[in-house]
Amino acid sequence: MSDCIQLAHGGGGTLMQQLINQELRALYADPAQVLHDAARLELPPGPLAFSTDGYVVQPLEFPGGDIGSLAVIGTANDLAMAGARPLHLSVALLLEEGLPLALLRRLVASMAAAARACELTIVTGDTKVVERGKADGIFITTSGIGLVQAPAPIDPTAIRSGDQLLVSGDLGRHGVAILAARHGLALVPPVFSDCAPLWPQVRALLEAGVRIHCLRDLTRGGLASALQELAEAAGVELAIEEARLPVLEPVARTCELLGFEPLHLANEGRFVVVVPPQARDQAQALLAASGGAFIGRVRPASNGARVLLTTSFGTERLLLPLSGELLPRIC
Amino acid sequence: MEVCGGQTHAILRWGLDQLLPPGLRLIHGPGCPVCVTPAERIDAALELAARPEVILCSYGDMLRVPGERFPGERLPGDSGASDLLGARAAGGDVRLLTSPLQALALAQAAPERQLVFLAVGFETTAPATGLMLRQARALGLTNLSVLLAHVRVAPAMAALLQEPGNQVQGFLAAGHVGAVMGTAELGQLVQRHRVPVVVTGFEPADVMAGLLRLVQLLEEGTPALANAYGRVVRQQGNAAAQALLAEVFEVVDQPWRGLGPIAGGGLALAPAYRSFDALQRFGLHPAAAPVASQNPAGPCISGLILQGRAIPPDCPAFGSDCTPERPLGAPMVSSEGACAAYHRYRLPAP
Repeated sequence: MSDCIQLAHGGGGTLMQQLINQELRALYADPAQVLHDAARLELPPGPLAFSTDGYVVQPLEFPGGDIGSLAVIGTANDLAMAGARPLHLSVALLLEEGLPLALLRRLVASMAAAARACELTIVTGDTKVVERGKADGIFITTSGIGLVQAPAPIDPTAIRSGDQLLVSGDLGRHGVAILAARHGLALVPPVFSDCAPLWPQVRALLEAGVRIHCLRDLTRGGLASALQELAEAAGVELAIEEARLPVLEPVARTCELLGFEPLHLANEGRFVVVVPPQARDQAQALLAASGGAFIGRVRPASNGARVLLTTSFGTERLLLPLSGELLPRIC
Repeated sequence: MEVCGGQTHAILRWGLDQLLPPGLRLIHGPGCPVCVTPAERIDAALELAARPEVILCSYGDMLRVPGERFPGERLPGDSGASDLLGARAAGGDVRLLTSPLQALALAQAAPERQLVFLAVGFETTAPATGLMLRQARALGLTNLSVLLAHVRVAPAMAALLQEPGNQVQGFLAAGHVGAVMGTAELGQLVQRHRVPVVVTGFEPADVMAGLLRLVQLLEEGTPALANAYGRVVRQQGNAAAQALLAEVFEVVDQPWRGLGPIAGGGLALAPAYRSFDALQRFGLHPAAAPVASQNPAGPCISGLILQGRAIPPDCPAFGSDCTPERPLGAPMVSSEGACAAYHRYRLPAP
């Protein structure tokens, strides 16, 4: 086998069979599994959650993760946000001609490890190869199904005025790790992505009997975008307190240097929890181990659906979602 | 007046102006390098970015500042991009750099291409451009040039003081510039114009400390220079950076977008470095007409805002016809612009 992906690897012939058998079987929980056009699944009874997501990221490997782990964990996390235990995943790989096989091998191993970490199985897949220049190394699409374990529907319509807002851990770290890798910023010490499965934390909340009104994972756009989306979907005002937001020192300093708002930076292993007032302390205790914190409250939308932030000086300002691309400032 | 856009953002982001007693009003200054870069420089960059042989590089914010053509001014059928991100979407090779030194490697890696760096910023970023040019010259690179839009802050402060109707009674000077240039030129400003100046940083506590010092100077009634950012700024500045500036650049009169021509307000390449001038290399000629100091067409009052004569909510287009997604003026585009700061942070008046 040559050491790069060639067009023929997607051509349906012997090279493609070799690629699947020698490189991609590692994705499956049982590498000896007979591969067929479709996987047949035996699912436990109960409502299912179903989600899909496409993954494009540069660089393909970054401190704390890679596009492979991101593609598995990201979709598993979307399922967890519906209160569902991730069960099965499909994986479509779009490879660019010239992608080093050694890199593909690392990404496949990383996806397999992420699947084990999420306690899910990859059950079906597809591979296509496009000409050099028609893709950015590798694009990955994953779809997943999960078994809903939450007793009541978890979505923005359940949010009520007076509800309490919590985050599950420190903010903005994935964004800083990617920016540093992309722009060649040698941060000392290095900042690692927070990419991690969210289901264990959601399961802990559910098993403890915490009444959850809504969950939302923080991805692109960070906390600011997630809160704005929730405010609009629920028709409420969200008021958060800056002094309570968990932002690690290296993230805060990098943002200060480059002119970024930490609340606009992506996370891949953090989520917002909305709970009724009586559930707050219990939720906070369960999330504290991962750096989680109570950050604010839900209020009636007397001036429209918006997000307000009380600064550590006691003044109040708007928190708007990121507008346009995240670009470093000049000086 | 806080001179620097970074300070304006700190003030709005932390709501510092809401904590001040009545009688103390902050006027937002023009210290936003992206905002004051003349539109024709951006138009030249757009023209170059459309050439297949050119790799056009600049800093992040610069990529979304419109040239003379704002999106709203586009004629039917005119597909011309109005900013560099648009030029990239239209097929141009436009790249974002965080340091000019990255341009050296890009130029070496693509000897068949022409690398053009749109160099913007105050005395804070000019030394990095200078360092890049010094190394390019040493390496004998012939496929690298700069579109220069570096500006000098102290002359602009002097120009604002000389405007009729000036309301500025004291300056919070830009700490970053002081770190490079030292405090001598600010001392001259104090002597010549009898106005107190305090070198000030960018953290909220820095801004408040600068403001306190400025109020003390005003109450003492003696125009003087003070340094409230001593942990970064030394009186003599950064001698190596100053020597680099003197080697690579020469001081010229330059128009600032929104302010008009400023005597000594910009930098041009010194004779030994003129072969790196992109305008010359590509036969582009800077617009013969001086840049108007008035506002762009339409309701936008960005000129008045950059001069500190108005605040963003005074503008009829603010937040309605003009937003960061559809900006009518540069101060709404830049992350250091005053309009962007108000839009991003300030609650609408009840």
